[in-house]
Amino acid sequence: MATETNSAEAASAPGMPQLDFSTWGNQIFWLILALIAIYLILSRVALPRIGAVLAERAGTITNDLAAAEDLKAKAVEAEEAYNKALADARAEAQRIVDEAKAEIKGELDVAIAKADAEIAAKAAESEKAISEIRASALENVKVVAKDTAKEIVAAFGGKADAKTITAAVTARMKG
Amino acid sequence: MATEAAKEESGLVFHPMDQFIIKPFFGDGSEVAWYTVTNATVWMFLAVIATFLLLVLGSSKRSVIPSRMQSVAELAYGFVYKMVEDICGKDGVKYFPYIMTLFMFIVCANFLGLIPTSFTPTSHFAVTVVLALAVFLTVTILGFVKNGASFLSLFWVASAPLALRPILAIIELISYFVRPVSHSIRLAGNVMAGHAVIKVFAGFAALTAVSPIAIVGITAMYGLEVLVSFIQAYVFTILTCVYLKDALHPHH
Repeated sequence: MATETNSAEAASAPGMPQLDFSTWGNQIFWLILALIAIYLILSRVALPRIGAVLAERAGTITNDLAAAEDLKAKAVEAEEAYNKALADARAEAQRIVDEAKAEIKGELDVAIAKADAEIAAKAAESEKAISEIRASALENVKVVAKDTAKEIVAAFGGKADAKTITAAVTARMKG
Repeated sequence: MATEAAKEESGLVFHPMDQFIIKPFFGDGSEVAWYTVTNATVWMFLAVIATFLLLVLGSSKRSVIPSRMQSVAELAYGFVYKMVEDICGKDGVKYFPYIMTLFMFIVCANFLGLIPTSFTPTSHFAVTVVLALAVFLTVTILGFVKNGASFLSLFWVASAPLALRPILAIIELISYFVRPVSHSIRLAGNVMAGHAVIKVFAGFAALTAVSPIAIVGITAMYGLEVLVSFIQAYVFTILTCVYLKDALHPHH
């Protein structure tokens, strides 16, 4: 089989077409043309264009990142402002509440004092009325006692003069 | 093909290298003059057109949010640009278009060569030797222009003991001149070998008994070749960058 292969190869002329130097000139000539063509395409059109696109993209990305950073800072700032406003509002609310409390307390104190004074006045009045009532009661008791005593003495057949009876009643009531 | 049919009766016929024969693209003659448009010429210029389509038409909209084609074009740009910048440093960036040219030509030619019945220009030493010599000569001349005679310090390993330095200098010198050889043969050899192996498998596919295995083999090799096509373009480019770095910064 090996000999067959060899003879077949021998029949198809050169063993290695690569070593057929008669075609080298041709290949080298066209290769140089092809390389010059590729070089011109690359250096004149393709590479500057792709480089520009890549640079533009890098620029865009950098700008976008910077913008994002900016927006983030702004968001943080806004949040701080919001928190500050919230704290201010809370403090203001607290202050108003305190003020209102103090005011109410003052009013209440005045009202209480006034009420106390009224109550005291009313109490004094009542006391006076009570003592008057008590005095008048005593008086009535005295009158009733005199009358009763006079009637009792009369019933026993005696005749008591007013002066003695009054003295006796007064002495008894003291006792 | 007529002789092939005659041989077929006697068993397997292998012509793994026939796919690399260079013949005129128009007409039937086999005469190849230096200006003749051959199959190699056609596929080289298809690589040029592919580069144009990908990088120029792909980026024609210049959109900030790229389309698919533009993404691939930007990926290729970024891939090579980063390679040049990482290896050669900032001052190597001005040679980026040259390196991109090499990369785009090799990668497009390799991938177009994977189309069945196509022709692969990069499987020919004539092509890869020109590419490698172009790199070698450019880098050497650039090294002397940029650094003057101190470019020779590339061969004088200052960090080695004094006694070893002359020996190392000889080794460095030899390795320097072997660079274009390995640089060119690596690319052509890889591409050629892969294509030839696929052809051998294809030859086996004529035998009914082994044809399933042969077809699986072709598929597997094709997958490997897709990988090799890119990797060899990458290797060629990265070595170019390494050589360029030596020219720009020869001191170890």
